[in-house]
Amino acid sequence: MRTFKTEPSTIVFNLIGYVLLTLLALFCITPFWLMVSGSFSDEMDIVSRGFQIIPDNFSWEAYKSVFQTPEQIYRAYGVTVGLTVVGSLLGLFLTSMAGFVLSRQEFKYRNSFSFFIYFTTLFSGGLIPWYILMVNQLHLKDSYLALLLPPLLSAWNIILMKNFMKSIPDSIVESAKIDGAGEFYIYWKLILPLSTPGLATIGLFLALSYWNDWFLANIFITSPEKYPLQFLLYKILASAAVLQTNAANYVSANVTPPTETLKMAVAVVATGPIVLLYPFVQRYFVKGLTIGAVKG
Amino acid sequence: MHTFLFELRRNKVLFFMLLPTLVFFLIFSYFPMVGIYYAFTQYSFEGGLFGSKFVGMKNFEFLYKSGVLWNLTKNTVLYNLAFIILGNILQLISAIFLAQIPGKLFKKTTQSLIFLPYFISWVLVGAFVYNLFNIDTGVINSLLAQLHLPAYDFYMSTAPWKYIIVGFNLWKGIGYGMIIYLAAIMSISEEYYEAAKIDGANIFTQTRHITLPLLMPTFVMLILFSLGGILKGQFDLFYQIIGNNGLLFEATDIIDTYVFRSLAVNFNIGMGTAAGLYQSLFGFVLILTVNYIIKKTREDYALF
Repeated sequence: MRTFKTEPSTIVFNLIGYVLLTLLALFCITPFWLMVSGSFSDEMDIVSRGFQIIPDNFSWEAYKSVFQTPEQIYRAYGVTVGLTVVGSLLGLFLTSMAGFVLSRQEFKYRNSFSFFIYFTTLFSGGLIPWYILMVNQLHLKDSYLALLLPPLLSAWNIILMKNFMKSIPDSIVESAKIDGAGEFYIYWKLILPLSTPGLATIGLFLALSYWNDWFLANIFITSPEKYPLQFLLYKILASAAVLQTNAANYVSANVTPPTETLKMAVAVVATGPIVLLYPFVQRYFVKGLTIGAVKG
Repeated sequence: MHTFLFELRRNKVLFFMLLPTLVFFLIFSYFPMVGIYYAFTQYSFEGGLFGSKFVGMKNFEFLYKSGVLWNLTKNTVLYNLAFIILGNILQLISAIFLAQIPGKLFKKTTQSLIFLPYFISWVLVGAFVYNLFNIDTGVINSLLAQLHLPAYDFYMSTAPWKYIIVGFNLWKGIGYGMIIYLAAIMSISEEYYEAAKIDGANIFTQTRHITLPLLMPTFVMLILFSLGGILKGQFDLFYQIIGNNGLLFEATDIIDTYVFRSLAVNFNIGMGTAAGLYQSLFGFVLILTVNYIIKKTREDYALF
């Protein structure tokens, strides 16, 4: 509620706010801007003068080069999209089910089980014992399961989900039970539809962790055809591996392959979808996060 | 046991719905705890877990005596303190202004833009850092060249990285934290402000005497929660920005990067597990302490 007459102090306050937030927003998008601008720059400009805020000479060359031999990128896209879709849906199903059970008053051992799950955030065996288990006992080296399983369930997501579902009135469950509905039916038909903001939030968390993963691929994946997108990007940024397939074309044409701009173009291609997705889920995200976290 | 079985039968469906989750945590979180034993061995690939030579506390002793443990702890704790304190202050301030500003479109646009870095991978952050700071094509050095100033090789000197690392961590997290604070501000009753206005308080005094004090509990809670994890590092951040550039380790090595290198570069399983166990145990004690403090002061906020 604002007052009708705006006081001078309010104007000053808002002015500070506008300036501060504008600066922050600029600070946040500048690297993205440099990346996009870099991807549309001419390679020679980058080599001779470095990255510029505005490209001196606009060029599609880097994107042409990316899609000249696109198999590797398409394959990485396929791996990442597949993992993201399967992982997010499966993770969402298991997380919401666990959250539902743990939020139910009738479930007598809910606190013990909650602690069983929560304890894993307090104490762990550490990276190395976990790695050795994954490789030596579970034999997940170079397997898609090594990318799919670890992010699937997280204690935080389950706690967030549990808290979110706790805010749904008990009377809904009770009246459904009187009507003879089973637990799974109540979960699937009543609680899930009421949990959309919570599901959207956890779903986005899961999608982000799958889409942005490079670490699991780094330690477990050895065959290049199984590389997910971000790990391929990492490889390209670190060693320009993908360029070697293209380089031959440039040697014969006697021009420099667009190494720097191509890196940026691949970065744009690898980042695009998740950035385009987020304005649509942001609304739910804010809602789900605040309900789950404030009560946390 | 009897009551447990009775419960199990009564709430069979609920138990089955929880089962996959329990199995998951048993396998991926509890089984690795057995592997803590590596910390007390001189690991050999043929021997495996129990065939390796038992060396007692030797690994810890070495880490301690070589000064590695101290340097790692110092770096991890100081970086995290900077992240936590600066991050929360920045998030709090931006949330206060964002909540107040009248322009709807401006509000939405800035919020979305500030939130954007949260969504991208650390690989990309590493690329950004490289774009900005590398000596040949980096933006900073291009600007220096245009001003006819000598180039600065960031990757050769430890001094600037503290600021770069802290800066990019703040950059990535501000949108997320801002939303938590925004939600807390939204839950403040409008009546406080109405009453203050009648008393002639302007927006600055309102912020100082209403918004800030009412946000203090959230602020303190968030700080305390993060203090429990102060020995856990942002592996992705450090690894993507610094990588295996040994020149910078003195200022940038944290426990997580050390453990990773023990596994992937030096194959020093015993030492790496020891450092990991030290991190886990220390963190565990810290969380218990923090939780104890919270319980004493504001019971309803305690973690468990």
